Amino acid sequence: MSENLTVEVVSPEKRIWSGEAKMISARTLDGAIGILPGHIQLLGVLVDGKVSIDAVDGSKQEFEIHGGFLSVAKNRVSILGQSAD
Amino acid sequence: MGAQLRIYRRRMRSVKATKKITRAMELISASRILKAQQRVAASSPYATELTRAVSAVATFSNTNHALTRASENPRRAAVLVITADRGMAGAYSNAAIKEGDQLIMRLRERGLSVESYLVGRKAVNFYRFRSRAVAGSWTGFSDNPTFDDAVLVSNALVNAFIADSESDLIGVDELHIVYTEFKSMITQIPIAAQLLPLEVSAEEVPAGLLPMYEFEPNATEILSSLLPRYVEARVFNAMLQSAASEHAARRRAMKSATDNADELIKSLTRLANAARQAEITQEISEIVGGADALASASAGSE
Repeated sequence: MSENLTVEVVSPEKRIWSGEAKMISARTLDGAIGILPGHIQLLGVLVDGKVSIDAVDGSKQEFEIHGGFLSVAKNRVSILGQSAD
Repeated sequence: MGAQLRIYRRRMRSVKATKKITRAMELISASRILKAQQRVAASSPYATELTRAVSAVATFSNTNHALTRASENPRRAAVLVITADRGMAGAYSNAAIKEGDQLIMRLRERGLSVESYLVGRKAVNFYRFRSRAVAGSWTGFSDNPTFDDAVLVSNALVNAFIADSESDLIGVDELHIVYTEFKSMITQIPIAAQLLPLEVSAEEVPAGLLPMYEFEPNATEILSSLLPRYVEARVFNAMLQSAASEHAARRRAMKSATDNADELIKSLTRLANAARQAEITQEISEIVGGADALASASAGSE
């Protein structure tokens, strides 16, 4: 699939990261999950821990997310965390 | 220097000193509005995403969750009133307190008893002076709230909401919040809004159809963990807006205080000038009168 994911990582106080990505991996309460472009719309509660994002430019972004969740809708991914860094 | 003139000069000095203070406060508030506005803007992506997600779960699942279901027989409601810690902000705190009183009256008309939760020393003092019962109060961060402050406040609210209102003394069936919305530099409006049970209003639902969702682990658990977050985000946003409004109200109050001081200095200067002129006139007439008396006395002796 040629499309990319548009990703936003936000905390209550600011937007931490935003950009285009090829893949995201995270852990929800049900277990590890990988998100590729074209994923079904999803809302998941994240367990505290790392979320990693493979950005389009080849770099790998990692964030520690606490008390967060993840929503995917039409290649738009938002990762929200109470605290994130 | 005559007594009258001295008094005018003394009053002018004191007004000038006050003017310097109000001018400084005006400038400080002006610079803080901008920062507060930026914080409101910075917190909005989180709040928007959260609202979108919460309305998605509430709309696209048939879960009957305690946090979204309106109680059939509500007994108690909690009202959170957000005001300032410090004064010198015109009617800012009083406007919020009054809006809260109106909301409390409306709730009482519906037969609910009201638990008050207060943020800001002004509201706490107002309630204490009238010996009204307060369920919880927080002070010390009204002009620069952090997310941790919001978590503290919303935890108390969510706990009260989760507790059963029939068996538990702190339990409430509805959560309301009163804050001051920052519309613009010159317009701030006190607003009363219902936090829980959730009212998915038309303006909160993003345009177009909400997408069908897959929930992980399931809608009920997601709601349980999302709604406290949602309350936190709403409370935090309300606090930030109130902080921005507080600075704007203070800037305006201090601007008019500075203007008034200018006016006062102007009229005092006029009065002082008149007093000085009167003094000079009097001195001249005394000298002339004295010289006249001397002249007529020496003329009489010749």
